[in-house]
Amino acid sequence: MAVPKRKKSRARTRIRRSQWKASRPVLTSCPRCRDPKLPHVACPTCGTYNNRQVVNPA
Amino acid sequence: MPTPTKGPRLGSGPAHERLMLANLASSLFQHGRIKTTEAKAKRLRPYAEKLITLGKRGDLHARRLALRKITDKAIVHELFTEIGPRYENRDGGYTRITKIGPRKGDNAPMAVIELVEAAPAKPAASRSAAPAAQAEPAQEEGTAAPEAGEQAAEEPTSGQTAQAEEAAQAEDESSDEKK
Repeated sequence: MAVPKRKKSRARTRIRRSQWKASRPVLTSCPRCRDPKLPHVACPTCGTYNNRQVVNPA
Repeated sequence: MPTPTKGPRLGSGPAHERLMLANLASSLFQHGRIKTTEAKAKRLRPYAEKLITLGKRGDLHARRLALRKITDKAIVHELFTEIGPRYENRDGGYTRITKIGPRKGDNAPMAVIELVEAAPAKPAASRSAAPAAQAEPAQEEGTAAPEAGEQAAEEPTSGQTAQAEEAAQAEDESSDEKK
């Protein structure tokens, strides 16, 4: 079975992992309560979408 | 599994997919609105709307076709006696999907799918009036009157929505003050 000849150095591992990034979600402000929310999704704080009550947030 | 005309495949086999869609449609007709994943909601929409169209037809053959998919006779009865006649004035688009963001636990995008309200009788009347007006251009009074009526009908609604928005903002401000 083919195996790596050399141990990967800490530096190589860290260089590889430097590309693991979390992306910032796109947010818009809710027209009803001005809280940030995902676009095209009902507002999680007030539960409205297009001024229509969709869910009752806890 | 047959390729769906729209959306992803569901479940682990064709039988599983059929059962899931039938159960989702039964729940939707029973409760009026259900919360499910976006993928399932998108698959359910054409399935449920075809069943509602059968409910609008209302004859025995349509009822038997609906019973092939939904096995609960009580739900099919409700579909044919309440849901079908309710959408008499609406040509399709009986359901509404609203996304409500990712689910806690597996981050699956969730959505609410609900049966929309019955359409008012006015749009059907104006739609039938408009072709008649086009067919008879000599009668200018006939064409002018519906337009004036439509404008008059539109203006109060926009005013009402503006008032409603103001009221909503006022409520929000008051609620903020409470906080």
